[in-house]
Amino acid sequence: MNWEAIKAIYLFEMMRMKRTLLQSVISPVITTSLYFIVFGTAIGSRINEVGGVSYGAFITPGLIMLTLLSQCISNGAIGIYFPKFTGTVYEILSAPVSMVEIVIGYVGAAASKGLIIGLIILATAAFFVDLRIEHPFLMLLFMVLTAITFSMFGFIIGIWADNFEQLNLVPMLVVPPLTFLGGSFYSIDMLPPFWAAVSHLNPVLYLVSGFRWSFYEISDVNPLISLGMIAVFLTIGFCLLQWIFRTGYRLRK
Amino acid sequence: MSSIVSVHSLTKTYANGFQALKGVDLEIRQGEILALLGPNGAGKTTLISIICGLSMPSSGQVLVGGHDVVSQFRKTRRLIGLVPQELTTDQFETVWNTVSFSRGLHGEKSNPALIERILKDLSLWEKRDNKLRELSGGMKRRVLIAKALAHEPRVLFLDEPTAGVDVELRRGMWTAIDRLRETGVTVILTTHYIEEAEEMADRIGVIRAGELLLVEEKKALMDKLGRKQLRLELKAPLAVLPQSLGALGVSLTPDGRQLVHEYGNGAGDGRIGQVLATVEAEGIAFTDLSTRQSSLEDIFVSLVGARA
Repeated sequence: MNWEAIKAIYLFEMMRMKRTLLQSVISPVITTSLYFIVFGTAIGSRINEVGGVSYGAFITPGLIMLTLLSQCISNGAIGIYFPKFTGTVYEILSAPVSMVEIVIGYVGAAASKGLIIGLIILATAAFFVDLRIEHPFLMLLFMVLTAITFSMFGFIIGIWADNFEQLNLVPMLVVPPLTFLGGSFYSIDMLPPFWAAVSHLNPVLYLVSGFRWSFYEISDVNPLISLGMIAVFLTIGFCLLQWIFRTGYRLRK
Repeated sequence: MSSIVSVHSLTKTYANGFQALKGVDLEIRQGEILALLGPNGAGKTTLISIICGLSMPSSGQVLVGGHDVVSQFRKTRRLIGLVPQELTTDQFETVWNTVSFSRGLHGEKSNPALIERILKDLSLWEKRDNKLRELSGGMKRRVLIAKALAHEPRVLFLDEPTAGVDVELRRGMWTAIDRLRETGVTVILTTHYIEEAEEMADRIGVIRAGELLLVEEKKALMDKLGRKQLRLELKAPLAVLPQSLGALGVSLTPDGRQLVHEYGNGAGDGRIGQVLATVEAEGIAFTDLSTRQSSLEDIFVSLVGARA
């Protein structure tokens, strides 16, 4: 293992985050605060409790998930896409590093950034709503696993993408609808039976539901199933990466 | 002298069916400067890319320091530094950070004293805290060289190091490369500026359409193929070439104003005196006389042209 290289890539990526502090940290925090103000405080005050918690508190795990998913995918994708775009990827490809080290560096940095932002948003949420976290370790486990999994998906998107439009396709067009329809803002029992059943096809449902259980012990699906689903996503990500390593897909001609 | 890089029967066919390399064999000697000369699209960059790990070979083998570039890439890539053709830099990084990053990426512990020396050698020390986008093209090129040297490679590949660089900077680059050679680094540069190969290289390889046409000592190549030419500017144009001159291999330019005599390359040496005496004897008056040695460029054009 070339640990120096992993460290170099990781620190380089974290420096990039520091340099773009406004865009990387402040912007998601402001966006999420707006959600809290509108849904939690303004509209939420007129909504009854859901599953025994106030509406503002109910949506908090979903909002954190929304940010975590889109941040991890975006960061994971841009981390490897940008060197591809500028051409500096030549250096990584000609360095004595294997794909495993490249992935640990980039995915590790993207996941760290996602986690930092997720935790900042959690802290922000505490200003707006009464938070209660029943299972803090489980909550962290959910966050860490989700961050790693989706940073990995982001990395794969970054390798696949040929232009900025493709790069933004998933974080902009796929993640928000899946998150909004995945029970971030409502419990799926509120849906007609048909749509409740359809919702089970939405992978984000399992993430949000399990994550919310670690806060309030209320969930749409059994939290163990949620953990199982994250393991499935993680495995899918590993398999895709394995295939990319083997074929040099879009990296080595 | 031992080989630091050995290329055996290397071929590369891209996914679209284009065959960029058609069985290249090449031994690069430790400590030499080898120039790979060839027109655009000849396969120079493909060859370098495979040695450095950017591309995978279709068949054949490349050894660097005795290690296979595919199966033992960790060993070979530590030995190699690469300066790419394009000015690809991370615009928002500082010179210091980007050069330090390169060292880490190659698995070396940080060594600020070494980075300082490299930056000073390349006249970049004053700019160490500047962002790359604030630098001129020539400075960016030097940053790329600094990055390639940051892990103390034994072999340095420079892909068209002076493409689009002005004359003065090109001179500076040559001096920098010369200094590198003194430290024992083997340098391989690709270029389509023949002047560059002529100025710097110990040996010259000529690539065309995926084949290595020849690799020779620069001097031997120039001696073998180099020709000299004597030109006489005539005072009055000649209608026909006198037979006595034709017999000596002298020719007349179509406008009748110049007499041309080619010599060198073993044959015809020592005949200049005879040519001049004959011109005198024929009563032909000339206003000027010049001799010229064919450059590598002429050699290159004749070599590439002959096989086209």
